[in-house]
Amino acid sequence: MTAPFGRRLCEVSGSRASDGYRVFSLLDREGPEPLPGQFYMLATAERWSGPGERPFLPRAISVAETGPAASGVRLDFLIEGVGPGTERLCGLRPGEEVWVTGPLGNEFAEPREVSESAAGAILVGGGIGVAPLALLRRRFSERGIPLRVLLGFRDARHSGGLDLFCGAGRELCPEVRLASEDGHAGHRGYVTDLLATLLAGDDATSAVVYSCGPPAMLEAVRALCAGRGVASELALESPMACGFGACFGCAVPQPDGSYLRLCVDGPVLRGERIAEVTHA
Amino acid sequence: MPELCGIELAHPVINASGTYDAIAARRVFGDAVLDDFPFSAFVSKTITPEPRAGNEPRRIWETPAGMINSIGLPNKGLEGFLAEDLPRLAELPVPLIVSVMATSREEFSRLVGEVAVREEVAAIELNVSCPNVHSGLIVGERPAETEALLEALRPLTAKPLIVKLTPNVADPAAVAVAAEQGGADAVSLINTLKASAIDPRTGAPALAAGHGGLSGPAVRPIALQQLRAVGSGSGLPTIGMGGISSGRDAAEFIAAGATLVAVGTENFRDPRAGARVASELAPALATTPAGAPALDLK
Repeated sequence: MTAPFGRRLCEVSGSRASDGYRVFSLLDREGPEPLPGQFYMLATAERWSGPGERPFLPRAISVAETGPAASGVRLDFLIEGVGPGTERLCGLRPGEEVWVTGPLGNEFAEPREVSESAAGAILVGGGIGVAPLALLRRRFSERGIPLRVLLGFRDARHSGGLDLFCGAGRELCPEVRLASEDGHAGHRGYVTDLLATLLAGDDATSAVVYSCGPPAMLEAVRALCAGRGVASELALESPMACGFGACFGCAVPQPDGSYLRLCVDGPVLRGERIAEVTHA
Repeated sequence: MPELCGIELAHPVINASGTYDAIAARRVFGDAVLDDFPFSAFVSKTITPEPRAGNEPRRIWETPAGMINSIGLPNKGLEGFLAEDLPRLAELPVPLIVSVMATSREEFSRLVGEVAVREEVAAIELNVSCPNVHSGLIVGERPAETEALLEALRPLTAKPLIVKLTPNVADPAAVAVAAEQGGADAVSLINTLKASAIDPRTGAPALAAGHGGLSGPAVRPIALQQLRAVGSGSGLPTIGMGGISSGRDAAEFIAAGATLVAVGTENFRDPRAGARVASELAPALATTPAGAPALDLK
């Protein structure tokens, strides 16, 4: 199903703090329910160009959760304020309006679509990059796909979004394991340490790795999977002005030297299509 | 009904080359793009004789009220364009203008010759912001180079030839006059302004190419002045662009002499910006200047 043509105003229906990040919800009365991995271009209706006339361009933000709402679809976004656009989105309060274009981009594929012999999924998220894995975890869980989820955070002030991985009892889902660089939760160290241990004990063809997070983490995940012959799907980020293939800004190099447009060819790419995950 | 060099158009708003990929937009938004096409004519991304991968990222950088890009003209080359893209672009419900660029008169002639004979093509825009490999000079920065190029291309087709002017010259009107003398049918302006940004995290140039072109509302007053200057120097119809994001902006370009206007960077923020600007334009024209809000220093 394609996205509605053009941008539309959606009302903020909720906003809450989440351990250094924020989660806000939009009520989308027009668009289809998004698929895991897809993203939206977002810009607040008011005060988008503030002092210094930035932000100017909309921001590409992955959808973290979704569900039916009274008169449309609820869209949840996990945001960390790291620049003028994300800080403005963090400041959103219920009743405000946001310009929305989407859902855009492709979705994560099921393990068997990626690799015939793979029955299960290993989800590896880092920092704000845990967002698209929340919706993916729920979808795979509903379809009975065996799951293991590894989430890593820098420290307690950068560990938001965990509540998106909780069941009805507000407790973290049992398949979730944590790592933190400061040791405040779970394994002290990188989430990729957990992945390396897990893959060492695994039959390489039994699961597909799905990952989203900072470039250095994604590159470590890509290299680990490539080294062990494990199939992977990585949700990347790249500077993006439009989200629908118009600006050609979000170029991602392929092993043959050509470029993909992440907005229309991704944001989810098979690990083997990426030469190396680099900072853009 | 507006017209450009005999091409009748439903409204005066088209797109700036390289700011809208109609084929990708159909993949994303479906056939609603055809049913509700935002522009009255479609200008393709620039095609070159051979395929180009484009520049290494990083390619874009947000600036106050605008952005800098150094995309590097990625395209399939002439052969790929004619075989794969032209049939898809021919399905659009509006006239097609194809933008071309080459680094010699011979290559420009090959492009214009092969594109102009296709009945799907209504007009050709010449992107002259590149060096001539023989002279080493940027064609669009030199009136004599521009005139000589037009003289070489003019005999190849009766279809309109539009010259896309660069703003990175002291006297754009002189280039427009040269284009007119060489046989051009119209000029479009402005292309992006040469610009740089420094990444505050590294202290190094933000874009991999080191510099790029500035676009967006930040360049609008410069575009308006260049449009006025070109209009007073040459008698050619003009396609005005540079930071247009509303009907009010477009009305200013028309007041400054533009025959048509083009929307560029605003397409990135609003995929239907062309249609919105067109719908806002008629009332904006009707109320200018008496009904216009007092903006300056208020």
